[in-house]
Amino acid sequence: MSGNGIVIEGLQKRYGSGDTLVDALKGVDMQVAPAEVVGLVGPSGSGKSTLLKCLGAVIEPSAGLMRLGEKIIYDGGWKIRDLRALRRDNIGFVFQAPYLIPFLDVVDNVALLPMLAGERNGAARKRAMELLEALDVAHRAKAMPAQLSGGEQQRVAIARALVNHPPVILADEPTAPLDSQRALAVIAILNDMARQYETAIIIVTHDEKIIPTFRRIYHIRDGRTHEEAGEGKSPHELIKIDKA
Amino acid sequence: MISLAGRDILHGWVRFLMTGFGLGLLIGVTLSMAGIYRGMVDDANVLIDNSGADLWVVQQGTLGPYAEPSSLYEDTYRSIIGMAGVARAANVTYLTMQVRHGGGDVRAMVVGAVPGGPGEPGQPGFLIAGRHLTGGHYEVVADVKAGCALGDTVIIRRNRFRVVGLTRRMVSSGGDPMLFIPLKDAQEAQFLKDNDMLLQQRRRMAQNPAFNRPNVPGLLDAIVASQTTSLYVNAVLVQLKQGYAPEAVAKDIQRWQRLQVYTRSQMRTILVDKLIATSAKQIGMFLVILSIVSAAIVAFIIYTMTMAKIREIAVLKLIGTKNRVIASMILQQAIGLGAIGFVVGKIAATLWSPFFPRYVLLEPGDAIRGFIIVMVISVLASILAITAALKVDPAEAIGG
Repeated sequence: MSGNGIVIEGLQKRYGSGDTLVDALKGVDMQVAPAEVVGLVGPSGSGKSTLLKCLGAVIEPSAGLMRLGEKIIYDGGWKIRDLRALRRDNIGFVFQAPYLIPFLDVVDNVALLPMLAGERNGAARKRAMELLEALDVAHRAKAMPAQLSGGEQQRVAIARALVNHPPVILADEPTAPLDSQRALAVIAILNDMARQYETAIIIVTHDEKIIPTFRRIYHIRDGRTHEEAGEGKSPHELIKIDKA
Repeated sequence: MISLAGRDILHGWVRFLMTGFGLGLLIGVTLSMAGIYRGMVDDANVLIDNSGADLWVVQQGTLGPYAEPSSLYEDTYRSIIGMAGVARAANVTYLTMQVRHGGGDVRAMVVGAVPGGPGEPGQPGFLIAGRHLTGGHYEVVADVKAGCALGDTVIIRRNRFRVVGLTRRMVSSGGDPMLFIPLKDAQEAQFLKDNDMLLQQRRRMAQNPAFNRPNVPGLLDAIVASQTTSLYVNAVLVQLKQGYAPEAVAKDIQRWQRLQVYTRSQMRTILVDKLIATSAKQIGMFLVILSIVSAAIVAFIIYTMTMAKIREIAVLKLIGTKNRVIASMILQQAIGLGAIGFVVGKIAATLWSPFFPRYVLLEPGDAIRGFIIVMVISVLASILAITAALKVDPAEAIGG
């Protein structure tokens, strides 16, 4: 599913009916190319979470079009029967809190997705270990989530999002609980991974520290998006400046 | 695919084990209740089997020596023994009373039996120590449950009896140990009056002109003598010759002797269906209540455990975990809890059953049935938690 990343055209979402009708999304247009990291910013109640849920195939939009690579997944209705499999194989999620499964060790937290997809345990763990090494947490592979620091947990969550090599990763305020050094480190990792795995990444954020790293930013207000160019600063550079 | 249920259990194994242990104690109580019922039935069967009788001959219109008072003349057995098909017949009395032993009281069923060897009707079937009754008076063969040892003295009414033999599993349908004493002593014990009462009785009779007639010497003495001796027994136990059907012989005795006769199967029915029926219903109610309580506890524990993982379940659903996998995880945990509970319960019931005052019979069949019921309860109890888990919206993981 490579090629066009994710494309959204005129996406709408309505809640309720009659007097209680709320237009959460009034026609969102978005396009994120493979290997691109874009920011999605906006005030509370602007529709960020609703958009993320629609993109994540968790709630059904009311109208519009969503395309993932060459495949149309929504066009006035779901075009994919098994949304669960769609999420598992095509969309990675990184949350504000890592939400790791507390009873699985680090490597199994990451390997769980390929296991759910039917991959053999050994192969899934091998793939998970490769990612953990790339994210510099392989030494904590056998630790339980509660034994990790906040930054380590978030890196494991990123590894989990990446393990099935999804074409899209949706990150919901992934740096909120982190200090600026760790926040920039997480963004640096996401940027590196986006390039390495040709993944389109959408990061919902309020975090002023990381906004300068985006090349493109979608502002969402009253259910509509407005695109603008970002500063596109390298997170690695910003880390050095922050340290200095 | 890794076992999510197994990993979750291992992660909080102390809590899980402790919960299973608590549930196990409850299951242990349930198994013990079933064991008590089985013990009561077994006691009844042992009572019948060890009596050595094929037929019980009792007073007309009564349910026999174990269920109702029955009174027969002690020479009734003579006419029975002469009937076709009867090999042996022996008088017997049964009296449940407090006997004194070792400075304390023991509730016991005192059996009056004609002294004789093993195999005689009314005699204990086998001994674990000592000998059978051979003397005419003041000997007793006691069940070990009475706490007696060979050579001990047991006081029944005013008389002292020496323990000459010991039995095991010879108890009444009420679970009281049996004490076998010579028939004459038992008859005396049944009707023995205290000295003051005897004096009063003699005085009253002496003052009664109907009994104390000046011109009929010896009448008063004869009446007083008849009042102080018992010529009655509670039942005649009959052993049949080979080749005779108990029903046919019972019918003959009933017809010609005008007495009530019960066969083994009829006596078993009386003991199990009538004597312990109320206790069985009581235990049955307890079993039902305990099963419901166990189910409620498993349901509550599994539901609480599931609700504590609601965010993780939302994440699992969001990342593409099938409902089947989540339901299976909860179901496995419920079954695991039930299995731990059953093992703990079975061990607990086995360990504590010897300390029960009544015989507790833990049958392997009951254990298997109990295990199946626990598993079914666990599965049913997990439905609530599974329903709640499947309702979890994966969007909860994203928030907003």
